[in-house]
Amino acid sequence: MSLHQTPDGFQLDNGGRRIVVDPVTRIEGHMRCEVNVDSNNIIRNAVSTGTMWRGLEVILKGRDPRDAWAFVERICGVCTGCHALASVRAVENALGIDIPHNAYLIREIMAKVLQIHDHIVHFYHLHALDWVNPVNALKADPKATSALQQMVSPSHPNSSPGYFRDVQTRLKQFVESGQLGIFKNGYWSNPAYQLSPEADLMAVTHYLEALDFQKNIVKVHTIFGGKNPHPNYMVGGVPCAINIDGDMAAGAPLNMERLNFVQARLQEALAFTVNVYIPDVIAIASFYKGWLYGGGLSAKNVMDYGDYATVKGDKSTDKLPGGVILNGNWNEVFPIDPADPEQVQEFVQHSWYKYPDEAKGLHPWDGVTEPHYELGPKSVGTKTNIQALDEEAKYSWIKSPRWRGHAVEVGPLARYIIAYAKGVDFVKNQVDTSLAAFNQLAGTSLTPKQALPSTIGRTLARALECQYAAEMGLDDYAGLIASIKNGDSSTANIEKWDPKTWPKEAKGYGTVAAPRGALGHWIRIKDGKIENYQCVVPTTWNGSPRDPKGNIGAFEASLLGTPMARPEEPVEILRTLHSFDPCLACSTHVMSEDGADLVTVTVR
Amino acid sequence: MAQLETFYDVMRRQGISRRSFLKFCSLTATALGLGPLYTARIAHAMETKPRTPVIWLHGLECTCCSESFIRSAHPLVKDVVLSMISLDYDDTLMAAAGHQAEAALEDTIEKYKGQYILAVEGNPPLNEDGMFCIIGGKPFVEQLKHAAQNAKAIISWGSCASHGCVQAARPNPTRAVPVHKVITDKPIIKVPGCPPIAEVMTGVITYMLTFDRLPELDRTGRPKMFYSQRIHDKCYRRPHFDAGQFVEHFDDEGARRGYCLYKMGCKGPTTYNACSTVQWNEGTSFPIKAGHGCIGCSEEGFWDKGSWYARLTDIHAFGVEANADKIGGTVAGAIGATVAVHAAISALKRAQTKSASKSVQKMDTH
Repeated sequence: MSLHQTPDGFQLDNGGRRIVVDPVTRIEGHMRCEVNVDSNNIIRNAVSTGTMWRGLEVILKGRDPRDAWAFVERICGVCTGCHALASVRAVENALGIDIPHNAYLIREIMAKVLQIHDHIVHFYHLHALDWVNPVNALKADPKATSALQQMVSPSHPNSSPGYFRDVQTRLKQFVESGQLGIFKNGYWSNPAYQLSPEADLMAVTHYLEALDFQKNIVKVHTIFGGKNPHPNYMVGGVPCAINIDGDMAAGAPLNMERLNFVQARLQEALAFTVNVYIPDVIAIASFYKGWLYGGGLSAKNVMDYGDYATVKGDKSTDKLPGGVILNGNWNEVFPIDPADPEQVQEFVQHSWYKYPDEAKGLHPWDGVTEPHYELGPKSVGTKTNIQALDEEAKYSWIKSPRWRGHAVEVGPLARYIIAYAKGVDFVKNQVDTSLAAFNQLAGTSLTPKQALPSTIGRTLARALECQYAAEMGLDDYAGLIASIKNGDSSTANIEKWDPKTWPKEAKGYGTVAAPRGALGHWIRIKDGKIENYQCVVPTTWNGSPRDPKGNIGAFEASLLGTPMARPEEPVEILRTLHSFDPCLACSTHVMSEDGADLVTVTVR
Repeated sequence: MAQLETFYDVMRRQGISRRSFLKFCSLTATALGLGPLYTARIAHAMETKPRTPVIWLHGLECTCCSESFIRSAHPLVKDVVLSMISLDYDDTLMAAAGHQAEAALEDTIEKYKGQYILAVEGNPPLNEDGMFCIIGGKPFVEQLKHAAQNAKAIISWGSCASHGCVQAARPNPTRAVPVHKVITDKPIIKVPGCPPIAEVMTGVITYMLTFDRLPELDRTGRPKMFYSQRIHDKCYRRPHFDAGQFVEHFDDEGARRGYCLYKMGCKGPTTYNACSTVQWNEGTSFPIKAGHGCIGCSEEGFWDKGSWYARLTDIHAFGVEANADKIGGTVAGAIGATVAVHAAISALKRAQTKSASKSVQKMDTH
């Protein structure tokens, strides 16, 4: 047993019982989590491990920078498109390409659509089952459920008792079939579930409604990018040319019909978010008013690069501004510069990689990653059958990025804390209004500073950001129509399409407010080819292992102090980890220094 | 073995009338491109079959296949998951985690030996003793082999499981390999694409449940009903190709008129997929219609076949279209001949595929 205080002020105690959760499900990719609980079943130590590595950036070396977007887009099919966007931004930044206004707006609409889709699927299909008990929904009174629905969201059309009765009947028959499918072995008798049967039925119903809804909003990507997941992007603009009333407009990528289609999907998204998603989050949260755990690092350090500029290329007009808050001081937001070698750095002392000097961090432009898989002396099990990890040694395929040496939390909550601190009107109104609704339902009087840094706050911020994204998307759409009306139908700048026009060497970066948080890509181009490519992604920040100073990442910090009703049933761990929307394929794809072959083994 | 409910039982108990049930069957037949005569066969199959257990594993991947799957419009994915299959293990969607998740997997393998479908998304890396992808503290490849042992059949979802995809692109640092390289004794249906089209995924599953057999596969293991035509063969821009009308650069007049993207590097002429027929996201569009060339994401090794924007003329297997480009751009009179030659070559290629995979694989049904 050892006690340890991190420089950021978190107490760690790895005595007591060790609980292992592997696989952590309902996430993107593969993840393991180990915690120590004390005699009162309170979590006193947490170890988060990324358990996959694909080596994408090694694969990018020597390739055409104009092709990179498609490779990095395949980092993740859930937040599909955000890596492609970061990539084209990085290449354009390196080569000094200014994209047309329409192209900028179309990419903006696509980015907002991704936020909407990702947030809704995350809440209903990856996160809801941490709060909602579908088995308990069988006990609900459909009439009372209807009344609840009409109270929390009077504008939602699907609210009749008969509607809820039909869903309940279907659910009942599903459960009675004995084939529980995805609900099998869930923790349905665990007292950590606190919703009333009616709230459970309402939420399960919306699980199904959201499943139907989500397939429609992504069609905006299909219009602009041809498909979803993985719509197409291009360096210099967008591939979808505009032809409103010229010859052959009907066969053009964008014409009046296609644009109307986009607008209709955005309007539906706003309605669903306002009538279903946000009311659900507030209603569910009110049942868990006493469960304000999970804040962790968000109460101290948060970061984002900022995004959604009103004026293309002018960061000061970002509708979600960037910056860094340290030690919970919302009165001061530090500026962030992705190009400054002293600011964003990655460490590997506790990651399965090697650095020449592991006490130091490296800026992504100079990033080095040499895979080096080894377990520490205190680990239990073997190299290919891990029972318990040794967090004092290397223990994850994720690196530890830090801002000026500080561990920070990223994500919608981080963005909302920064925007609230900076006084962004839309965000301030949303936070204050939704918190007032919560306080009224729950009979509490929580302030933003008390409520936001928590698991519930993280989940609420995501829902609010979804609404903001839909509103901004509609603004972008109006801007696009206005631009076309003004006679501008340009969608691509091809002046520097030919690599012969490029300098011999160039470097650039691209940042995106990705659904899960601050995303950055850094590229070096030499002789028309990719010399070095590095991504530092949201889950790398949040899921990072310890750093040389002993600071812990956001996942680990968020679990500390949380009581578990039944330690063998990790509902509370899942609830808080899911509130970050972990994406492990994103976080663990870094490059090998020279792309050298690693050890080869024979298939048994 | 447990008494399993049939699909029809489930629908009836949901209060769905026989009339609606038959309508569903007819829609399914249409969705699969089958004639109205098949409605009765589908209805019969639905009335007598239990919900088939499905184990869905994830290796090295990006989850785009799962994301695509949940976009299915016909059938809706909620109907697939609630009423058609029993998705007993899928770490992306399942409620349980850790030990309880692993127990759900073991339970299904044990209880439904030889009866479950194993769906695999992603692939196993073999370097570092497989520890580039760890599930439950062990290499993913072990879980894959274990689950495959008693599977009735395997579906390799997407280009990762079918071909290796992006992590297997040069130099493939983790030595990621497609499923059929480690599982060699089971029928495997490859459904490539990055990702595959949603309705293609649910179409393959619905076909298997309905007819209780594997779809007819081509010589590389892909269902012929979705992968026997090149995107170019049914592309709505094909007349522009034949007329020699090409986009010369992005956002030019040709791009605005929807001309052929061949000169922009479109891989439609060498890519077998249903994008230009079924289209994406409930038939909304597909890459070429949205102005970008096809990148060939359902073809093996497409990451290493040159830039998205490099013209296909460099590729040996291409043949006819290289000439067609030159002809199309210059002599209008030659167009008719080009089309004729092209059609002949296509017919020949189809015949080759056909003879190579004549036999329909029958699934073991007991």
